[in-house]
Amino acid sequence: MSSLVIQFLNGLAGASTLFLVAVGLSLIFGVTRIVNFAHGSFYMLGIYVAYSIISRAGAGGGLGPAGFWGGILVAAMVVGALGALIEILLLRRIYHAPEMFQLLATFGIVLVIKDYVLWAWGPEDLLGPRAPGLGGSVEILGRPFPEYDLALVFIGPLVLGLLWLLLNRTRWGTLVRAATQDREMAGALGVNQKWLFTAVFALGSALAGLGGALQIPREPAQLFLDMGVIADAFVVVVVGGMGSIPGAALAAFIIGEIKAYCVGIGQVGFLGYSVSLSKLTLVAEFIVMAIVLVMRPWGLLGRQQGAQRIAAGARERPAAGRAMQIAVLAVAGALAVMPFVAQPYTIVLLIDILVYALFAASLQFLMGPAGLVSFGHAAYFGLGAYGAALLVKKAGLPMEFALAGGPLAAALGAVVFGWFCVRLSGVYLAMLTLAFAQIAWSIVYQWDQFTGGSNGLVGVWPAPWLASKTAFYYLAFTLCGCGIWLLRRIVYSPYGCALRAGRDSPLRCDAIGIDLARLQWAAFVLVGTFAGLAGAIYAFSKGSISPETLGIPLSVDALVMVLLGGIHTASGPVVGAAVLTWLQDTVVRNTDYWRALLGAIIIALVLVFPQGIAGFARRRWARSEAA
Amino acid sequence: MTILRGSVLVVSALAKSFGGVQAVREASFAVEAGQLVAMIGPNGAGKTTCFNMVNGQLRPDSGSVRIGGVEVVGRAPRQIWRLGVGRTFQITATFASMTVRENVQMALLSYHHRLASWWLRAAHLYREEAHALLARVGMADQAERPCSVLAYGDLKRVELAMALANAPQLLLMDEPTAGMAPAERIELMALTADIVRERRIAALFTEHDMDVVFAHADRIVVLNRGSVIAEGVPDEVRANAQVRQVYLGSRH
Repeated sequence: MSSLVIQFLNGLAGASTLFLVAVGLSLIFGVTRIVNFAHGSFYMLGIYVAYSIISRAGAGGGLGPAGFWGGILVAAMVVGALGALIEILLLRRIYHAPEMFQLLATFGIVLVIKDYVLWAWGPEDLLGPRAPGLGGSVEILGRPFPEYDLALVFIGPLVLGLLWLLLNRTRWGTLVRAATQDREMAGALGVNQKWLFTAVFALGSALAGLGGALQIPREPAQLFLDMGVIADAFVVVVVGGMGSIPGAALAAFIIGEIKAYCVGIGQVGFLGYSVSLSKLTLVAEFIVMAIVLVMRPWGLLGRQQGAQRIAAGARERPAAGRAMQIAVLAVAGALAVMPFVAQPYTIVLLIDILVYALFAASLQFLMGPAGLVSFGHAAYFGLGAYGAALLVKKAGLPMEFALAGGPLAAALGAVVFGWFCVRLSGVYLAMLTLAFAQIAWSIVYQWDQFTGGSNGLVGVWPAPWLASKTAFYYLAFTLCGCGIWLLRRIVYSPYGCALRAGRDSPLRCDAIGIDLARLQWAAFVLVGTFAGLAGAIYAFSKGSISPETLGIPLSVDALVMVLLGGIHTASGPVVGAAVLTWLQDTVVRNTDYWRALLGAIIIALVLVFPQGIAGFARRRWARSEAA
Repeated sequence: MTILRGSVLVVSALAKSFGGVQAVREASFAVEAGQLVAMIGPNGAGKTTCFNMVNGQLRPDSGSVRIGGVEVVGRAPRQIWRLGVGRTFQITATFASMTVRENVQMALLSYHHRLASWWLRAAHLYREEAHALLARVGMADQAERPCSVLAYGDLKRVELAMALANAPQLLLMDEPTAGMAPAERIELMALTADIVRERRIAALFTEHDMDVVFAHADRIVVLNRGSVIAEGVPDEVRANAQVRQVYLGSRH
């Protein structure tokens, strides 16, 4: 009994933290409709800034409660001010860009902040001091419970209460609620949107900073916090309903409690198997999210979102006819003779580019023609890689079979994930894809005996006849080239056109007898297969794989490639993959701060080429033809 | 009220309420092949609710909708379309990223069960059929233009061509002339009436423009507060005292 109470309190402390992180994200989305990937970075900055302020405050000896709590509040304000600055300098310029570009820009911010933190605080974990007066523990039903965690249990509801007062009892709060419900109407009524957006973004960022700063006595400041936290925050916001603050609180409570009980209960017997529930914590929240979204597609307390702007101006046309065909043939010809003229290192790099080009092309098919945004596309890449590697390592099959089996594994994953995903649309769909990718990642990461856990699998080598880099290059060239060509061919087939039709007008599809959900489900399986093929080729080209092949960063890389190249251009993902892979390679070799440079490049590209590079080139081409 | 056994659409005792508000009560009417039937009524009379129960977007609380003798209550709009039902919307719904011809081709591809094909080029399939439909609605010269740049009246014509792609026995049109200039309205309804008669299609449409209704409808069903209060040829409806009182009184 007492252990149940303790678990419940643990759950509440965790829920408080989750709520603080998620509520700012929800607030920002509600008003500005921006899905802010950098929210986790603000949280991370909150911890680091608080660490610096508090350790300076306590430098002269004893750290008083005023120094500690004051330091936390100042840290939150610093992060809030930074949020305001970013909103004014960057986001203001892209509110009218498609959602995906806003997302890409905020991911650029993630990279810049990460390297800033690395530069300013160094790579070591930093553990802050304990909260003065709250360093011990109290006895609850005969069991010790940390005093600081008890404080957190109260801080979450306190912040919720203050936010409620701010939103319901002030004129500013009324404006925020009006803008959340109907942005156009609020604008029409003369609300100064510019400063409202800035203020909301600052408040949301400050809340993230506060959530981070409050963790100072509990966990060390670490460089990878941003990605872990953003995944948590996304889940809470989506489960609660995007833009709903009570929803965020409810979702944080549910997820916090479930996690606490998973840890607390530990091993359980189930149908004769022993299942470790504490290992389930990594996936528990994503399972909750998947269940909630299938039953309530707009989250527990959310409302249906307006149509997405991703399809705005979408138009798939064969780019420039004859000239384009010649260009494609020229590129293919150049690639075919590469092994005779290029350095071995270039060949290795080209294999990477080919693999990523196929991977990105599969995502582009899903996002462009089918209009389904995936944040978790790496799931299929990773399933393909692991499927192939396991078939070679565990089943002892020859590499040629594994190369076919990998995509099959990815396709099976897509059958399951896609079945859930096609029930949703827009941001919710994207979030669910992220959740599934994270579930796949967690399983691979934790299943040591089978997948090698965090170490991954090594010794995944190709068959002897493909052992030379040249031979393997031609294999990758053939498979990836055929894959990309096939995907493009399908775009113009009746099936591909039906997907585009579904993106343009689901209502009209229904009225002409098109079973959209089934076609979209098939699209998931199709692109999953091709992404899996890319993953399988990748596994054999590297000789080893790790859970990173299913990770969020790789999913984001794919998004960046597609958006860089242009989402509605078939050549886009190829251009994007080449540019990003080459950039990453060059930048990594020349500086320790490659992420920041990459982030700055992404931000600059979003500001300069909102249609992507290939899209931009096509427009220039069209203009010069017309002139 | 006469409901012939051979009617294409037979609606009987249809009822639907939303949270205690009886939107449609015991509505019954029928539409014959080759006939253009208008459903009219003041705002809130239940036209849209009734219409959406016929096309399958709403499920009635009780009653029956038979199309070509087949009970369709409980079927999805997609399945109802397979029975030979074409639809146009109050606010046009077309595929903005495609050309006019491609829009009609999509409907034809769906009708001929060709959407599962991953290999053929969609642009080469059913070109002539698409062209014939577009010619019939007067859009042949604009076949290669993207739908996103069309005038609104032309989009309505594209929708009509798409609705005809499955050789329908029943055509359902929700406010077919909404948002159009008066001259265009008359033209579009005259075209629709011609097509309906020449192809022996049963057509049901809702409309608020009385000029359009009385000029082109063969029969008129008048709804008020969810009930059918009159049904008949335009002259009968025009003369109906109840209709004059609740509906036409203020306008004519």
